[in-house]
Amino acid sequence: MALLGALRSSGGAALGEHGGTRPQHRRTTGIILLVVGALLFSLIIALPIIAIFARVLPTGTLFSTFARPIVLEALRLSALTTLCTLGLTLVLGTPIAYLLARHRFPGKAVIDSLIELPMVLPPAVAGIGLLMAFGRRGIVGEPLSALGITIGFTTVAVVLAEFFVAAPFYVRAARSAFDSVDRELETVSRTLGVSDWATFWRVTVPVAFPSLLGGAVMCWARALGEFGATIMFAGSFQGRTQTMPLAIYAAMESDLDAALVLSAILTLVSFAILVLLRISVARLGGRYA
Amino acid sequence: MLDVHVTKHFDGFTLDVSFTTHAAVTALMGPSGSGKSQTLRAVAGAMRPDRGRIALDGEPLFDAGAGIDVPPQAREVGYVPQHYALFPHLTVADNVAFGLKPRNHPDARARVTEMLETVGLTGLDRRRPHELSGGQQQRVALARALILNPRILLLDEPFAALDTQIRHSLRQELADLQQRLGFRALLVTHDPEDVVMAGECFLYENGRVIGEPTLLEPEPAPVSG
Repeated sequence: MALLGALRSSGGAALGEHGGTRPQHRRTTGIILLVVGALLFSLIIALPIIAIFARVLPTGTLFSTFARPIVLEALRLSALTTLCTLGLTLVLGTPIAYLLARHRFPGKAVIDSLIELPMVLPPAVAGIGLLMAFGRRGIVGEPLSALGITIGFTTVAVVLAEFFVAAPFYVRAARSAFDSVDRELETVSRTLGVSDWATFWRVTVPVAFPSLLGGAVMCWARALGEFGATIMFAGSFQGRTQTMPLAIYAAMESDLDAALVLSAILTLVSFAILVLLRISVARLGGRYA
Repeated sequence: MLDVHVTKHFDGFTLDVSFTTHAAVTALMGPSGSGKSQTLRAVAGAMRPDRGRIALDGEPLFDAGAGIDVPPQAREVGYVPQHYALFPHLTVADNVAFGLKPRNHPDARARVTEMLETVGLTGLDRRRPHELSGGQQQRVALARALILNPRILLLDEPFAALDTQIRHSLRQELADLQQRLGFRALLVTHDPEDVVMAGECFLYENGRVIGEPTLLEPEPAPVSG
């Protein structure tokens, strides 16, 4: 609204000066088009979100719906699997991000692209790939099932699917975070007698922290929203593989209220993530400026 | 005594230098890109030469022939890079205390306070590096290195990042500090005015030391340790 006012007043002032000559007309038309475009854009983004809350809030069934098993189980499962995914990503993703940022080795460009591939791959392709690798008939899945270990259609499969699509978001951010840490800081730390390992934890990680945090949050958010690969590779079993997005899809026909409540929760959580991320990065960034 | 005889090939540039110095403060002077900073990094252990030998008081820090490459952690050198490389996430006091191991130095806090007083930074211990002026940042970097009593202080263009106005007074301050504490230093610079505080100066050009060393003191200053 403030933007609209500013545009209006500047347009108005210009009109007054030049008395509405033809180029001035053109300028006013341009501004109107800009504003209309911006409004349309915002409307298309905002309307579905408003619609969810418009349906959830007035019914008054929010809390009773919240307590239904399908909702509670999905919440529990989403929290559990996304936290496992995040932990796995931090433990496995941090070393490879550091390696890619700091070392040159043959085949690096290939590994680089391979790691980012899941970010652009359609989730359905991820699902098929995971099935072919870890499914009952998969490359790894078959020998494992001979040992009595099944991955497909279990909670572990959910974590694997989330890891596959979400981990690259962290690795990419961590890689550029490590890249941007001044190497002289590490050199100085070493000449001060601090071991390479301690230098990593006392210098590299804290200096890279705002970007590492951003990458971790994006990874977690992506895992939370994972749908396509999960439903193909893990299925949609309540309490076992049915995370929030899957529960929304499952409840659509039978229990719209539950689907709406879950959607509202996911929307709120996602919005909170974005706001918190923006605030914390700004605050941490200011500290290091 | 510092002995440096090293060769290192970079992309399109070869560093091939050889010098021995007994002076308390030794300057390496020459245009940028002539290999002075890389020499300093080799002494610090941050750059590994292809060939050669670096020794401090006869004790090798690096010897390609003998397969010796003492890690930077064990060289006991104080490295002050051109832009000081202060740890941005730590306070001034934590920067200075960074290399003091709490186990070996239970008196760390007192030593930090004392060191901050020595370099004229009393009262700034809780500030962060970005809140300091360029000259103050330089003093933090000096304090951080000197608190460990290094065998030699390695200064890379110590005044290049500072305004001309304060350059002169800080140059004098560093000379006074050196006189007072008696530390040994290897100083890299492109500014002839910086050389005044040095006992000996080597001229760099295209990765080599050219001409004879310039002795700026009648007698090499005696150095203990």
